[in-house]
Amino acid sequence: MKQPPIIEVHNLTVLYGRKPALWNIDFDLPEKQVIGIMGPNGSGKSTLLKSIMGVVTPTSGFTKVYDQSLNNVRDRVSYVPQRQDIDWDFPASVWEIVAMGRYQKRGLFKKLTTEDQDIITDSLEKVNMLGYAKRQISQLSGGQQQRVFLARAIAQQGDLFLMDEPFAGVDIATEEMIISLLKDMKEAGKTLVIVHHDLHTAQSYFDHLVLLNTRLIASGPTEEVFTDQILTDTYGGKLTTISKISQELENKEFPIRHK
Amino acid sequence: MNDFYTILTASLVAINCALMGGFLMMRKMVMIGDAISHAVLPGIFMAYYISGSTASLPILAGAAFSGILATLMIEWFTKKARLQSDAAIGVSYTLLFAIGIILISKWGQNADLDQQCVLYGEIEQISFWLQPIAFGIVLPKQTVILLAVAVLLIGAVIWGYKGLFITTFDPDFALSTGVAVTFWHYFLMSGVSLTTVVSFESVGAILVIAFLSGPPAIAYLLTEDFKKMLILACLVGILCSIGGYYAAKWLDVSVAGAISTFIGLVFMVVFIGTSLVKRKVDVIST
Repeated sequence: MKQPPIIEVHNLTVLYGRKPALWNIDFDLPEKQVIGIMGPNGSGKSTLLKSIMGVVTPTSGFTKVYDQSLNNVRDRVSYVPQRQDIDWDFPASVWEIVAMGRYQKRGLFKKLTTEDQDIITDSLEKVNMLGYAKRQISQLSGGQQQRVFLARAIAQQGDLFLMDEPFAGVDIATEEMIISLLKDMKEAGKTLVIVHHDLHTAQSYFDHLVLLNTRLIASGPTEEVFTDQILTDTYGGKLTTISKISQELENKEFPIRHK
Repeated sequence: MNDFYTILTASLVAINCALMGGFLMMRKMVMIGDAISHAVLPGIFMAYYISGSTASLPILAGAAFSGILATLMIEWFTKKARLQSDAAIGVSYTLLFAIGIILISKWGQNADLDQQCVLYGEIEQISFWLQPIAFGIVLPKQTVILLAVAVLLIGAVIWGYKGLFITTFDPDFALSTGVAVTFWHYFLMSGVSLTTVVSFESVGAILVIAFLSGPPAIAYLLTEDFKKMLILACLVGILCSIGGYYAAKWLDVSVAGAISTFIGLVFMVVFIGTSLVKRKVDVIST
């Protein structure tokens, strides 16, 4: 029997003023995979994640998670917002930020238990940031900030993770760390949905791709949708970049299906 | 005893404003306090006109009403008209404040209600309003109200700390975990309205703004822990009240003006001090 989809997006349209950010998007995502959401700047990638997480209210259409409304399954879903959206000069420590991942389970009015503290410690360890627990967040590098955000999401102990550009502006060590973390999480049966920018790494990172440009261009297994034609449709005018990339891919003898 | 009452009153305003100002500053919304403290003017006049008295309760109710009206206006201009938030604040409060001035200049001559009082307060005369409270303790009326509000706000901040903290630091994440971000926004705004409304009567609008923005900014330069920052902001506010009061006595000038100036000077000193220390650390570490 076919696996039920973990995320369903139905006829989703989001307007900012009169300008559409997303136009009539419709797709399903499979469970237990690493899924990339890609498209040029301003193509609605972040808006899509925010709509699924209920941060942005859609103009029309709806989304379902685990075949239900998000409200019923919120405790199984973790959201990692874009790092740049936050004021990192906020007077707070790494520990305090990761502890926010436990607020939902424990409620806003109860003290965190020793169990919560163990989970926070564990989450920090997974991203190699335990030594920085008492550090002020203003003293962190971009890569370290991203790790803190990932630790907060891990501390939520969900099964589905939606991450907005976790690879943007991080150092190579952090990128490699995140990749191995994603692999471990996938093996543990988690589903990962990641907004991503870099076409070079798309094929090696993702099992499934969603290509967006305000409208849905394609959604499917990476080997089926990562084609010249679809990439050209997605990135439109930026043909030079695309041809350069496909050139490079051909040189490396990556299997690209030509239609 | 006059000194004591004035300093106590200013210190209570300082505590209330520091607690609210700390959150407002991190939300980049300090000027909301400015807006509310000016926008209360038409509400005060209407309350006076309807009730025919300058008694505290109707005046406070009127002020609270127009304070809330101002926050709703600002909210509406930013959300529905998609105006920048600073522009929305500017448009809303100048409009309400101006309406208040027109109302008072036309029909308010006979009342002891004037623009001077709203802007500068009458903290020097606070001990005219002394009244017995209990156990032989005598306190000015406004001071008692401010004390009650301080207790309420400290309780509210302790009770709602996590909710205020998470929605201030990362509202999108908070929303994604099901936290009622809108509730916490209005929770804070109610606190800010209450603070400005009960404070302006005794210390005036200018000192309210100075207390809302100055002490939290000074504390922000001195610590990187938000809880410590809130406590430090309260202490800085109290110290500035004491320093400013005696400076006013010494120079024979307005108390509200002297305290505001004192806050500004402390900010400059702390700012220069912390930048010098930072430079030293940078030199050592390189």
